[in-house]
Amino acid sequence: MGASQTRSERKHQDLADRTGFSPEQIKNLHKRFQHLSGNEETISRENLDSIPALANNPIRKQIIEAFFDKRNQRQDEVGSCEEIGFEQFLMVMSHFRPPTLKTTDEEKEALRKEKLRFLFNMHDTDNDGTITLDEYRKVVEELLSKSGAIGQEAAKAIADAAMLEVASTNVPHMAPDDFYEGITFEHFEQILKGLEMESRMHIRFLDVDTTTMRCGKSTS
Amino acid sequence: MPSRTGSHSPAGIGRSLPERGLLLLMVLMFMQGSVLPLGAASSPDISHQENVNTHKAAEQLTNNTKKAFPVLDLDYHHIQTPFEISLWVLLASLMKLGFHLIPRLSGIVPESCLLITVGLLVGGLIKLAGEQVPPVLDSRLFFLCLLPPIILDAGYFLPIRPFMENLGTILMFAVVGTLWNAFFIGGLLYAVCQIQPANPNPLHTIELLPCLLFGSIISAVDPVAVLAVFEEIHINELLHILVFGESLLNDAVTVVLYHLFEEYTAAGTVTVTDCVLGVISFLVVAVGGVLVGAIYGILAAFTSRFTSHTRVIEPLFVFVYSYMSYLSAEMFHLSGIMALIACGAVMRPYVEANISHKSHTTIKYFLKMWSSVSETLIFIFLGVATVDGPHAWNWTFVTVTVILCLVARIIGVVGLTYVINQFRIVKLTTKDQFIIAYGGLRGAIAFSLGFLLNKDLFPMREMFLTAIITVIFFTVFVQGMTIKPLVELLAVKKKQEAKRSINEEIHTQFLDHLLTGIEDICGHYGHHHWKDKLNRFNKKYVKKCLIAGERSKEPQLIAFYHKMEMKQAIELVESGGGVKLPSAVPSTVSMQNIQPKKPPPAKPVERALPQLPRGREEEIRKILRSNLQRTRQRLRSYNRHTLVADPYEDGFGDFLIKKQKMIELEKKIKDMNNYLTVPAAPPDSPTMCRARLASDPQAYSMKPTSDSVPTIHVDLASPQSPDSVNLLDEFRRAGQQQQQQKQKDEDQGLMMRPPSRPSGPNKPGADDAKDQQKLTRCLSDPGPSADEDEDEPFLP
Repeated sequence: MGASQTRSERKHQDLADRTGFSPEQIKNLHKRFQHLSGNEETISRENLDSIPALANNPIRKQIIEAFFDKRNQRQDEVGSCEEIGFEQFLMVMSHFRPPTLKTTDEEKEALRKEKLRFLFNMHDTDNDGTITLDEYRKVVEELLSKSGAIGQEAAKAIADAAMLEVASTNVPHMAPDDFYEGITFEHFEQILKGLEMESRMHIRFLDVDTTTMRCGKSTS
Repeated sequence: MPSRTGSHSPAGIGRSLPERGLLLLMVLMFMQGSVLPLGAASSPDISHQENVNTHKAAEQLTNNTKKAFPVLDLDYHHIQTPFEISLWVLLASLMKLGFHLIPRLSGIVPESCLLITVGLLVGGLIKLAGEQVPPVLDSRLFFLCLLPPIILDAGYFLPIRPFMENLGTILMFAVVGTLWNAFFIGGLLYAVCQIQPANPNPLHTIELLPCLLFGSIISAVDPVAVLAVFEEIHINELLHILVFGESLLNDAVTVVLYHLFEEYTAAGTVTVTDCVLGVISFLVVAVGGVLVGAIYGILAAFTSRFTSHTRVIEPLFVFVYSYMSYLSAEMFHLSGIMALIACGAVMRPYVEANISHKSHTTIKYFLKMWSSVSETLIFIFLGVATVDGPHAWNWTFVTVTVILCLVARIIGVVGLTYVINQFRIVKLTTKDQFIIAYGGLRGAIAFSLGFLLNKDLFPMREMFLTAIITVIFFTVFVQGMTIKPLVELLAVKKKQEAKRSINEEIHTQFLDHLLTGIEDICGHYGHHHWKDKLNRFNKKYVKKCLIAGERSKEPQLIAFYHKMEMKQAIELVESGGGVKLPSAVPSTVSMQNIQPKKPPPAKPVERALPQLPRGREEEIRKILRSNLQRTRQRLRSYNRHTLVADPYEDGFGDFLIKKQKMIELEKKIKDMNNYLTVPAAPPDSPTMCRARLASDPQAYSMKPTSDSVPTIHVDLASPQSPDSVNLLDEFRRAGQQQQQQKQKDEDQGLMMRPPSRPSGPNKPGADDAKDQQKLTRCLSDPGPSADEDEDEPFLP
């Protein structure tokens, strides 16, 4: 008992160093992980699918997919896994860390890039480095998927308009015959500049100072 | 907060004729304003009433004293009150005009200062003329007539998202900050008053409770003053909403403290029960105010659901319901300001979905107009009241008050920020804190509250008033004037002028869902989870009740997209079509640049052609004609806010347009072969021409323009999409099945040239009949400043 305690503590500490969470948070997340996986070592897509609260989410497929996407593991691998362990789970979660008061401007930039990269990977499903019109259309369709027929009709138009906007902002002068291949990561960064991702894309409970965390309770 | 004044300084005109003329006019106004009351006062006997009386009396006795029939008569008393009111309003408006003709001045000195100065002058003039200065800042007038428009304007256009995101911070500043200020100032003032040595000092007589009351009056940040000053400095949204939100929400605290101390001054002591009651009272006042406002807001939204036949009075409902919510709250001594804010914020998303575009414009303009005039009047009256009011100057009291106000504010802000930053993600930096502290301006509300004090209960009322006025002057003049250079000096982040793009909107929504999903995966019921729940509740139940017809089902993203399209279309029309592109970056990118390249269309198209026997062409034309009507309805509705044709929109029976469209289409069909191989350039109005030229370099091969109005063009083919082929097939089948409608819409690629379609304005305020003449009329209205804050959906 004592031995396994320190072993897991050491593992947690090691993870804490790598992902930037505090050991407290890692413990809570671990509890949640156990709950989701049914006390197994890994979780699969079905485990995440079975969370009832996710049922109402229009983009749940993409979210679940993001957990199994190797690109989000920061190890320069591509492809997707079938099952992930706690470490990979944490890695994905670490994308939602907020900046602290001590984060410098360069670190904030890096944080923003990282979060944008996460979003980009969610959109770029075929991993060719660009978000093509079809992929973007799919994104908008999923967003509007809960809105029935009205959503489907307008999705295409909206996606096209959005794409046009990206193209106009980034490559203002295209000859009539040029073809805009797709949104590259640089263009993606450019158009979402105004949103200040580093402060918007975070989960509150990952805030380092907060001690109230309900992660781990069996309410799902 | 968008600028209500819409300052545009005409370069170079500043100095000469208009300015002098205006000055002359203003002087004349002053004279008239002061002479007429004079005239009326000194010769009351020339009244018509008297004439009639004497006449009647004379008639009764003998009829020999017959006067000549008064051809021209002066009867001032008859119209005195409305005349004076109008004169004041006119004066205020002329002042506003005047300031903007002097660009240099309005750059240095905030308008509020100038207006107070004018008020001082006017007050001085009236006093010089020996007249009784009208009690202009009478509290009833102020609270019932002058304040509501400003607050309603603020509440209706309150940016909900930043407000909600920072609600915790705002509440902290508003409640805790104001309490701290009140007690700190009140307590220390009392202490200072007591420590006067030796000479019998009038200050000794001031008890603790009056001091605390004074503290509570003077501690509240004033929304009018904050708005007036902050509007001109354009700081970033976060700071603006923090200070402004605080000034709005501290009203509840002020109301409670004021009444509490006023009540108990008579009793003399405050017990613990009283304090507890005070706290409960605060909750009642705040929550009650919000509830009252919300109820009226929902009523207004519900009423607007049925106004489709009487569009003209739609704005009236908005105004009257809001005003009644204010009055109702005031009736119960609840917080009227919070009621008004709640009413405006609650009703807006639903009302906006229901009312016509013209009503929307009307509401916007009226609110801006009233609040603008109100604000001007308030500052002028402040100046006048300063000249008039009985003053009791006491060096100690006044200076100590001013100093304490500053000190209390700084300590309060710093202390609170330290606590708040523990809970915030985006921490408040020192610069932010400085701006928040420096932006704590006092204004007319404090003065009016002081004015309301009972002279018997508060013998030192005059001293209080003097001190209040000094603090107001100090904050407005000193802080108001220096905040702009300080903002520049400290390089505080300014307001982002960029319009919200469709990409940002898509990703904001995407992010919302993503974060909610992650929270769910973590099992954490946070922020996003509840917001999501509220949104779903709103969509499922509330919208159905309060929004008429099909609009209730429209998802946010689509609503945003339509608004954006319409805005672009309106801008394009107003700019004369293509001269100035609506997009920030003029680009030559058009739809075909992003449509994926398909194999050369020639082949499949040619394949299609032979398949079209001559006889079929007629059939196709017929089908096109009939389908186009339906398509047009549907497409037109796409470009407006309704997703189905709204038959109630005025002027919708424009068969004329349809007929013209048919004629165009006939021409097009004749040249159908051309269309399939050459990029489409349908007959355009001149407006459309220029638009296309500007945005689509391919529009060389232009058909001779018909004088038809710009309309939606059935772009039968874009060169690179074989969808055109499908189109033909569709059309053939369309006659038999109407389901093809949907397919067609998608493939026609009509929606896809946002910058180049002035046909967008099917709905826009101006006109549905798209005559050129009518369009130019629309052009003469430059509209509000371009970056009006967007109509945001409820909990976006």
